[in-house]
Amino acid sequence: MIFREKIVEKILLFCAGIAVLGVAIIGIFIFREGWPVISNTGIIGFVLGKDWAPTQGIYGIFPMILGSMYVTLGALMIGVPIGIGCAVYLAEIASQRLSTIIKPGIELLAGIPSVIYGLYGMTVIVPIIRDLFNNQGFSVLAGSIVLGIMILPTIINISKDSIEAVPKEYKEGSLALGSSHWQAIIKVVLPAARSGIISSIILGMGRAIGETMAVIMITGNSTLIPESILSPVRTLTGNIGIEMGYASGEHQKALFATGIVLFVFIMVLNLLAKLIPNKVGE
Amino acid sequence: MNEIKNVRHSRIKERLAFYLLWVFSILTIIVLALIVSDILVKGLPHISFSFLLEEPRKMGKAGGIFSVIVSTFYIVVLSVVFAAPIGIAASVYLTEYAKEGPVLRIIRYGTEALAGVPSIIYGLFGYSFFVVFLGLKYSILSGALTLTLMILPTIVRTSEEAIKAVPSSYREGSLALGATKLQTIIKIVIPTAMPGILTGLILGIGRVVGESAAVIYTAGSSLGVPDSILRPGRTLSVHLFTLASEGLSAENTYATAVVLITLVLIINFIANTLINKIFIARRR
Amino acid sequence: MRKSIKNLLSLILVIIVALSGCSGQAGNPEQKSEKEQIVGTEKQSILINGSTSVQPLAEELAAAYKEINPNAIIDIQSGGSGVGIKSAMDGVVDIGMSSRELKTDEKTLKEFKIATDGIAVILNSQNPVNDLTLEQLRQIYAGEITNWKEVGGNDAAITVVTREEGSGTRGAFTELTGLELVLSSAITQGSTGAVMTTITSDANSIGYASYGSVKDNANLKLISIDGAACNEENIYAGNYKISRPFLMVTKEEPTGLAKDFIDFILSDEGQQIVEENNYLKTNK
Repeated sequence: MIFREKIVEKILLFCAGIAVLGVAIIGIFIFREGWPVISNTGIIGFVLGKDWAPTQGIYGIFPMILGSMYVTLGALMIGVPIGIGCAVYLAEIASQRLSTIIKPGIELLAGIPSVIYGLYGMTVIVPIIRDLFNNQGFSVLAGSIVLGIMILPTIINISKDSIEAVPKEYKEGSLALGSSHWQAIIKVVLPAARSGIISSIILGMGRAIGETMAVIMITGNSTLIPESILSPVRTLTGNIGIEMGYASGEHQKALFATGIVLFVFIMVLNLLAKLIPNKVGE
Repeated sequence: MNEIKNVRHSRIKERLAFYLLWVFSILTIIVLALIVSDILVKGLPHISFSFLLEEPRKMGKAGGIFSVIVSTFYIVVLSVVFAAPIGIAASVYLTEYAKEGPVLRIIRYGTEALAGVPSIIYGLFGYSFFVVFLGLKYSILSGALTLTLMILPTIVRTSEEAIKAVPSSYREGSLALGATKLQTIIKIVIPTAMPGILTGLILGIGRVVGESAAVIYTAGSSLGVPDSILRPGRTLSVHLFTLASEGLSAENTYATAVVLITLVLIINFIANTLINKIFIARRR
Repeated sequence: MRKSIKNLLSLILVIIVALSGCSGQAGNPEQKSEKEQIVGTEKQSILINGSTSVQPLAEELAAAYKEINPNAIIDIQSGGSGVGIKSAMDGVVDIGMSSRELKTDEKTLKEFKIATDGIAVILNSQNPVNDLTLEQLRQIYAGEITNWKEVGGNDAAITVVTREEGSGTRGAFTELTGLELVLSSAITQGSTGAVMTTITSDANSIGYASYGSVKDNANLKLISIDGAACNEENIYAGNYKISRPFLMVTKEEPTGLAKDFIDFILSDEGQQIVEENNYLKTNK
């Protein structure tokens, strides 16, 4: 009897371990395919190389790293204020009625597939930018707007949860001392929820960096170092996505190498997210 | 005097601040409404039963999306069939059996890491591992296996929460009656946690339906109805991406988008509302 | 305990059986036709992938072929010439499609030229420019000419649109124009259709795409190069300088369904279809 239980426990452990196994295999295969190109070009040459010309064997992904960073930064600039603001509103101020409208809306926003965001971006936002600024439309701006919208649910949900988790006594104490509701929020609740809010931002960042399909449809996929917010741009994910279907041999390995850089970025971000609560505390 | 001015200032500040936050919150709904209405307005006129039941012709420029719907269905079912038992088993282990320590931490880290991997990396991995290394070629199976890994964290997370929420009194009562731990889990804990577990599964389905980057490089993009799981197939999201970027047919693009969004809406609705209602009603 | 596990297992079993049952539907051996007996017990299904330029033509050819041989299953995917060639060399597909000549180290493959295609240089229909020299074209794509007024057009910045690296169309284009590097601010799109979509929405853009795909598109303007308009006569005669072959490549000498299909394409009937789709027959 106990023997059978032991076996079952081992099976369950194995299932739980599949996640770890999965991550490991993913890492292994990506590295296996991509490493040769990185070692040939040299890590510095690959990461800081400004020219991407696979047909001539030139692999430098610096423009794409910058591209990912700019687009993500732009997305955060849009998504963080609106997201945290919305989270505060929902957690502290909104009436029941308003909440019942907004909350399902956010769930829905979270569930919309990225191709639909891409479609909307391509058919509505890019032409608006094109007409407004008299340029090609595909740009960092377009990417930031769409990605900013896409990360809203992540930021809102996690921030809201951590704001709601702040013990009521903190706020009540502040109010008892004569502060207004707003002051209590700004000076007491938000700082207390700081670690959760920062986690939400980091997770939002991860989501933005990892997005592929929508980005391919709206950024123009140009290989230059983006010169401004109106520049067309290519992200790390876009680099892989747009050429993967057509690459072979060393070119394909270079895309896996791009994947390695992306993978490392994301793992670092994840680790950062885990460290935050411990450091900031409270 | 100054104090009254300060109070008035801070009240004005507060009013402004609250107003701004209200605007932000409404903004999210407005954006949602803009996107959904854009798609519905441009796509609904072109939806018809024939669209849903016809095969695509001329690479999707004409005809319907029947084979696409079928492929999507196969991939969804297969992914859930793989991911559900593994995910539930994993969450059972994490909540009921695991002890604090390095093993637990590694498993948790693995699950979270898996959740953070971008979909294109899943695509690369799925291609190099399932399609090439294991020789499964572009197939529904390759796609489903890749997607299984992708939705595993979601299922584990929600199942874990659901299981944790089961009152310990239930467990203790069962054990007190002489059941083994395993029997308790299977007969008491899991059924009680069912609504939460099902929610997780359905959210996983939603994720599978919306996925494109990981699917294109594993399940391929052929348009025929796949007659076995070893054949390639094109899913709704992939079809939408292809139609949109190729500009073959604006009508079909938006019609496909409508189908996709409707599916997501339904899945969302079931996951967040229906399940709770059904189970709460049943328990009464 | 046993019951719910048994239920789960039987559910899984049922689903797997259902899925594999579906695989028996197509290719039912009871419906052998005469043609099929010629093909014999060889594979009744083949997988083709490769150039997005060749793909639409291949789909039309496959559709026509299936009218003669209804039990044939021909799966066609995209991926680009590079992928088509590599997949054929790896043996991952039965036939690879390429829209450029094979390189020396790729010549181990068996190649069958099924058509000739011109690469059209396309502008938005609102653009007043009608002709460019080959040198001007190269300069535009190299970033040396950046404004339409330099070539007789409006005073507007040129939006250069190109295909991604690995695309056979791009490879042929850069080679035939003597282009070394495409300017880095060029908008990159992943397929013929995507390029066309971009050109139709941006009045100041320029792009290149397969002649067969853009010929009848009313929203695009095909300009002439060095005075030679982009049409069949000029392509055949060699006056229109930017053209490339469509190739079907296989690892070994093709057999079975693959051979039959290629024979069909090279036959009069197949070549008729090539022409109907605005490509040029291999033998006039």
